[in-house]
Amino acid sequence: MSATKQEPEMTFENAAAMGLSKEEWELILTRLGRTPNMCELGIFSAMWSEHCSYKSSKKWLKTLPIDGPQVIEGPGENAGAIDIGDGLAAIFKIESHNHPSFIEPYQGAATGVGGILRDVFTMGARPVALLNALRFGAPDHEKTRHLLAGVVSGIGGYGNCIGIPTVGGEVNFDPSYNGNILVNAMAVGLANSDRIFRSAATGPGNPVIYVGAKTGRDGIHGATMASAEFSDETESKRPTVQVGDPFTGKLLMEACLELMASDAVLSIQDMGAAGLTSSSVEMASKGGLGMEMDLDLVPAREEGMSAYELMLSESQERMLMVLKPEATDTARQIFDKWDLDFMPIGKVTETGRLVLLKDGGVACDIPLAPLVDDAPEYDRPQADVTPRPALASADITSDAPVAEVLKSLVGSIDLASRRWIYEQYDSQVMADTIAGPGGDAGLIRVHGSRRGLTVSTDCTPRYVEADPRTGGAQAVAEGWRNLSAVGARGLAITNNLNFGNPEKPDIMAQIAQSVLGMGDAARALDTPVVSGNVSLYNETDGRAILPCPVVGMVGTIDDIASAVGMAPTADGQALVVIGQDALQNDGWLGVSLYARNLAGDPKAAPPPVDLEAERRNGLFVQQQIAAGGIRAAHDVSDGGLAVAIAEMCVAGRIGAAIEMPAGGNRHGWAFGEDQARYVVAADDADALLAAAQAAGVPAATIGSTRAGGELQFGDEAAISVEELHSLAEATIPTLMQGG
Amino acid sequence: MSLSALRVTVAVFPGSNCDRDMMVAIEKLAGRRPALVWHKESSLDATDLVIIPGGFSYGDYLRCGALAARSPIMEAVLDHAARGGAVMGVCNGFQILLETGLLPGVLVENAGLKYVCRNTCVEVVGGTASPFTDGLETGQRMIIPVAHNEGNYFASDEDLQRLEDNGQIAFRYADSDIVGPSNPNGAARDIAGIVSPNGRVMGMMPHPERAISPELGSADGATLLTACLEALSA
Repeated sequence: MSATKQEPEMTFENAAAMGLSKEEWELILTRLGRTPNMCELGIFSAMWSEHCSYKSSKKWLKTLPIDGPQVIEGPGENAGAIDIGDGLAAIFKIESHNHPSFIEPYQGAATGVGGILRDVFTMGARPVALLNALRFGAPDHEKTRHLLAGVVSGIGGYGNCIGIPTVGGEVNFDPSYNGNILVNAMAVGLANSDRIFRSAATGPGNPVIYVGAKTGRDGIHGATMASAEFSDETESKRPTVQVGDPFTGKLLMEACLELMASDAVLSIQDMGAAGLTSSSVEMASKGGLGMEMDLDLVPAREEGMSAYELMLSESQERMLMVLKPEATDTARQIFDKWDLDFMPIGKVTETGRLVLLKDGGVACDIPLAPLVDDAPEYDRPQADVTPRPALASADITSDAPVAEVLKSLVGSIDLASRRWIYEQYDSQVMADTIAGPGGDAGLIRVHGSRRGLTVSTDCTPRYVEADPRTGGAQAVAEGWRNLSAVGARGLAITNNLNFGNPEKPDIMAQIAQSVLGMGDAARALDTPVVSGNVSLYNETDGRAILPCPVVGMVGTIDDIASAVGMAPTADGQALVVIGQDALQNDGWLGVSLYARNLAGDPKAAPPPVDLEAERRNGLFVQQQIAAGGIRAAHDVSDGGLAVAIAEMCVAGRIGAAIEMPAGGNRHGWAFGEDQARYVVAADDADALLAAAQAAGVPAATIGSTRAGGELQFGDEAAISVEELHSLAEATIPTLMQGG
Repeated sequence: MSLSALRVTVAVFPGSNCDRDMMVAIEKLAGRRPALVWHKESSLDATDLVIIPGGFSYGDYLRCGALAARSPIMEAVLDHAARGGAVMGVCNGFQILLETGLLPGVLVENAGLKYVCRNTCVEVVGGTASPFTDGLETGQRMIIPVAHNEGNYFASDEDLQRLEDNGQIAFRYADSDIVGPSNPNGAARDIAGIVSPNGRVMGMMPHPERAISPELGSADGATLLTACLEALSA
């Protein structure tokens, strides 16, 4: 049918419908020297989509540090890889599935997890940990409960079934996400450093093999949808959402890892965004070669699929591989064992062209170079960022007791316990989870060793909005702190840049400046960026989300036995704040949770990020934890010092008496969000303070833990830790029950 | 015989995902690596204990455990059980054993209608002679995690009474200071695990293989598994 059907000649209108601009359409005509057919145009539009080409962000991504002695593989492969010692590599990446998750929350989130897992095991790594960074709209928005329930269920549905523990992540809420939620999934895997697989095709004549699930009509042109704004008609895009099957994903993972234990695989690429198009184009172009495929051989779920549909489908759980010809039979046996399709569909060529055969004819014959090398790169105009004034302490006049403010903050949606969410994730499968969700960072044991791998995801969008460069740096610094608080050193990061429409100068400024800030911090902390993802056009009816450049950080600790949690381990332990001295009697309230929730959300500057202090204080905390001088640690972030202390008390079900400064601004001191700080519990405060002084790290004892389960600030009335616990635990279950 | 002489077999289905964890736990506790048997096999080599591990066998399609219960290897497991051989099913393994009819009752969706992963307090009940409880004290409490969507044990009142009267309830969820209220799924009579009338087949929802060292949050699963391995090697 499709072979004989006369296809109408493509015009700019067709190109525009696929998201291409007039200039891009004309560039295609020039490069081809003729008008493309529909399949060819679809391939160009997918490869030149924002999602695949990074055309608006590339200029800025190039400014990020990507090298370091620990880096084995930087950006450009399916995932980044770093050396973690003992001959092992940690392989990881974060990726967004924002638009599909808004349209179909369960499937959108599930396939987000499945996709990022494939990126990791494609490199030859067994995935060992999952994390996620989620943003939802206002709690009382009509869609929030439905979206939260569906996304959480979808993340669990995939991760739990495939059997990879979800060990961390973060969730927050803001009205700017009402019509455009964020679902970013991160996966971390482990491989032998000398057994990492890459995607560049090699050896003209070698067979190109399709494995995994069959191709259907789901998710066609998903990469293009992910590169467009939302509107009221978005719900009609439901058919562009892929459907995940974690069972097939599990079989595919096991079959691929079994095959990769042999030396049969020359190159391998998962079929993620833009499916067969991006996998074949990237493999061939990275190898400087060409590829020819017979689309009639592609295992299809439905009959009569056109070349266009086969090339643009985003059906899940599929891989493309180039094998050694002599290993094909052995490889086929492995996929037979796992009951998966295994189909040679083409070969590597020397032509530098992508040639697709269909129904006895040529459905596509285009040069690869323009698809990749000529992908547009824009230097889009940026608006000037006007620095906001610092919030003056004198503007905060409330004299409410610290304890009362604390109660309202710990029960707020921003800080409330995420237990309702993370108990729906299997955080313990693989039996190597030392610290799962709920702490500063996830900690897993490297299987069969004493070494620990720590992971976190972070971003504070309100800081990024207030000052993109500071906010970008802060996301990296908070990741560094989260790992330090466990006792681990951050080694590298992956990032997920979630922003609005880059064609708007104010949004472009957010992107560029926050990437610069992220680079500043990554250089200062020696945590290069090894992989990442960009999600733009996160707007609904012209309104952008709060900018959210998420940082996923991976680090190690030599011996898991030396790691600490945030719960103080005994009564009478000193509580010491690292990163501020005893003279401190105020704090930075601008853009704090306190200012937003309780002081009218004045437009002010966010807390400055002193990267030298972050580095010094973090290294000090890491060293003291390793030496046993710190028994529990928690980084100070949203909600400031008082919230950090309260969270430690709740975690340990233990009370504390806290001394407050005599003068100054009590609320600034308690709830200011000055950076580079930790609260730690120590048995020997004098020794810790002496060590801090020797290291040039400000530190001060601010109180001690005590039996009885009451938390007291200065001479205020004490509050029950159990009450704080109940307040924190009640918020999300109450929301989800519709209360 | 010595513990390391004990022959343990772990059955693996497509979608099993706790097979490795169970193998690691048994190897650590018994000193010998268990044998693995693939679902397409139709016979078992001589073995003292068959373990059906957790996971999502066949993707939980149709009904949890339903397809695995009809796989070739389960025919051999049924023969093994009919000869008085010991069989242990954990989580999805428990679901599979119910689907084969080796154990009575069903596991339906959690009362909270959500997947749940958290520590629970498991109390030894026991009664009938069984290698799975004989080495443990009645009333002994253990912290062992659960992770499932369909762990809500249900049976008719008559069956439940029969389980009680025959001492076939091996483990119950109990409230504790450490983990709080403990029945995580609404299971009838707080049932966490049961044994067959002859005590030789046991199914439980909690995952002892995930609680085999203090670093993992609890070593109580090691206590449970070791007691079972010792009873079988006695």
